[in-house]
Amino acid sequence: MRLKLLTKALAVAAVAMPLTTAVADAAELTIPGTIYRTGPYAPNGIPWANGIADYYAMLNERDGGIEGTKINYVECETAYNTKQGVECYENTKGVGSGALVYQPMSTGITYQLIPKATEDKIPVFSMGYGRTSAANGKVFPYVFNMPATYWDQASVFVKYAGEKEGGMDKLKGKKIALVYHNSAYGKEPIRTLEELSKKHGFDLMLLAVDHPGQEQKATWLQIRRERPDWVFMWGWGVMNQVAIKEASSIRYPMDHFIGVWWSGSENDVTPAGEDAHGYLSATFHASGDNFRAHDDIKKFVYDKGKGHGDRDRIGEVLYNRGVVAAMWTSEAIRNAMRIHNTKTPTSEQVRDGFESLNVDAKRLAVLGLEGFTYPIQVTCENHTGPGKVALQQWDAKKGEWSLVTDFYSSDRDVIDKLIADDSMAYAKENNITPRTCN
Amino acid sequence: MLFFLETVISGLMAGVMYSLVALGFVLIFKASGIFNFAQGVFALFAGLALYDFIAEDGWFYDLFGFALPVWLGIIATMGVMVIVAWLVERLVLRHLVNQEPIILFMSTIGLAYFLEGVGDILFGSDVKPLDIGLPQGASDYLLDNYNLYVEKLEVVAAVVAAVLVIVLAIFFQKTRIGRALRAVADDHQAALSVGISLRTIWVIVWSVSGFVALVAGIMWGSKSGIQFSLSLIALKALPVLILGGFTSVPGAIIGGLIIGVGEKVAEVYAGPFVGGAIENWFAYMLALVFLLIRPQGLFGEKIIERV
Repeated sequence: MRLKLLTKALAVAAVAMPLTTAVADAAELTIPGTIYRTGPYAPNGIPWANGIADYYAMLNERDGGIEGTKINYVECETAYNTKQGVECYENTKGVGSGALVYQPMSTGITYQLIPKATEDKIPVFSMGYGRTSAANGKVFPYVFNMPATYWDQASVFVKYAGEKEGGMDKLKGKKIALVYHNSAYGKEPIRTLEELSKKHGFDLMLLAVDHPGQEQKATWLQIRRERPDWVFMWGWGVMNQVAIKEASSIRYPMDHFIGVWWSGSENDVTPAGEDAHGYLSATFHASGDNFRAHDDIKKFVYDKGKGHGDRDRIGEVLYNRGVVAAMWTSEAIRNAMRIHNTKTPTSEQVRDGFESLNVDAKRLAVLGLEGFTYPIQVTCENHTGPGKVALQQWDAKKGEWSLVTDFYSSDRDVIDKLIADDSMAYAKENNITPRTCN
Repeated sequence: MLFFLETVISGLMAGVMYSLVALGFVLIFKASGIFNFAQGVFALFAGLALYDFIAEDGWFYDLFGFALPVWLGIIATMGVMVIVAWLVERLVLRHLVNQEPIILFMSTIGLAYFLEGVGDILFGSDVKPLDIGLPQGASDYLLDNYNLYVEKLEVVAAVVAAVLVIVLAIFFQKTRIGRALRAVADDHQAALSVGISLRTIWVIVWSVSGFVALVAGIMWGSKSGIQFSLSLIALKALPVLILGGFTSVPGAIIGGLIIGVGEKVAEVYAGPFVGGAIENWFAYMLALVFLLIRPQGLFGEKIIERV
């Protein structure tokens, strides 16, 4: 319990850190974390940030960092505010020998950082969020959004709905509602769903919810009136909890209500209690702490009193999302070290590390994360990788998520075309000549 | 028709929830002329404190090995809010007597940020699912028999709001302290000259406002869990205040009902034609229209300025 105080103190110290670490040891790997432990979205930001910080701390304690070079992880508080996120970027990019990579932890911040970081030649790793068309590495050389995008998720949700209805052709005439956070993030899947609605003949109903989403009665009244066959949700923070409660109140079947992977943590379902039973959400990694990497986090970080959160919350969905983000980031840095034969890669070299990242099942096993997520391979052309998505279901009685599907592949015919169109439009707007990948 | 009725009822119920927050603003403004920007954070702070008194993962349980029963937790939280009121008077208001209203308003903005930070440090930022036994979900009876969707929690909120208004009306009209509060509101100097202690009155009114914040915190917290976004419900109360008037308790209720119904009807019937998510700005637009016609609000005191 008192760890909360320590966490806050660490957060405050972390905000001040950029000022004090400007003369940090040059033989460190500086990774800024634009996190949010305060503000209305803090309940989700905290476990996510803890997962990242604990994984880096574990590498430092267990292995002396990455290939023996210490990680200097610099947190900067954004409160999930885009302006503060950009300020954090400007304040931290020059820390130590320079920032190696950014994980913005917000689609809004990612959108702002794309041109800035590209100019500064610092890779941005927006893991499963941000601008979907950044998947096109020819137009976005410094942005990586593996292992899957919002468009992949939208496509997989439709695929799942089709499967449950008895075939994709059975979607014709069905009604699907999208309840979305009225922001850049929430609007991301609309274009894909519109294309898929044309392809499969279902009616799409769009229902925006304003920040923060504490009051959604009008939205759910419309769902009650229209009775869509499926409801998809792109929510964040309190919006998720309220939506799940409202859905239960109008007796909407939970097994036809699917949330994006930012609407599928313990925080989102716990306030609804038993009513949330059966609710579905996307994921690309497992929940739980029964992996060797988690054992090492406990042994090398928490046993030494260096943990960033509560020990009993290790393994929660958002904590594990932080772990997987930190794992892929550290593997990209390790890859950069190998490619360029250096212990202190530059941010440009780390970009090369991301662009040829290959974390296969064997490597996951070595990292103590066997079966934790699926293997990914990133290339110059494809910065998203496999684009696979699974669905997990909440069991309110047991209080745990469990995977209920395999990892689905998205509808590449639709998604690839959308990515090509959107990224080329971006290139045209910004006078970017797409590079060649050989 | 049934759906329209459902929309109106949902709007009325949502309006009651806004009114619960607006009431706290009215109380303080009525008695001291201060627009307390921190009222939303008060609701959050009270909710956080209550949860930590009654939950098994709260700090009270950590310290003493047991959690308080709900009724005792509410009393203990009220004690916390009285202490907060006393500290506000002691550390903030006392030093700002006779300052311009804008200075007092600015101080409450600072207070809001300060209390939010303290709440974060003391209670943590996790979502706290508040369950004090209030009924949740739709009324099965109405849904099964009349296909009418009404939230049980919001019906409770409506009853609580009605009781609260009656209690506050009696308190203001019939009690000695209530009359003293009204005297201070009318004229600080005159109240002081007849022996009313401004400081005591301020502590009392901020405590009462803390109590209203606790009620609002319980209702909103039961709906979505206690979390920091709760502080933003103050923004929902602003159009209610503009419409109902800053000095009227019944105005806060009527204003809430009008805003609640207005925004729900607008969202459901006009929203789909303009891309949706209009209820937030529609409430402010409605308030703005009222502001142009009747600047003091529906029940506010008439503004008379002599040149």
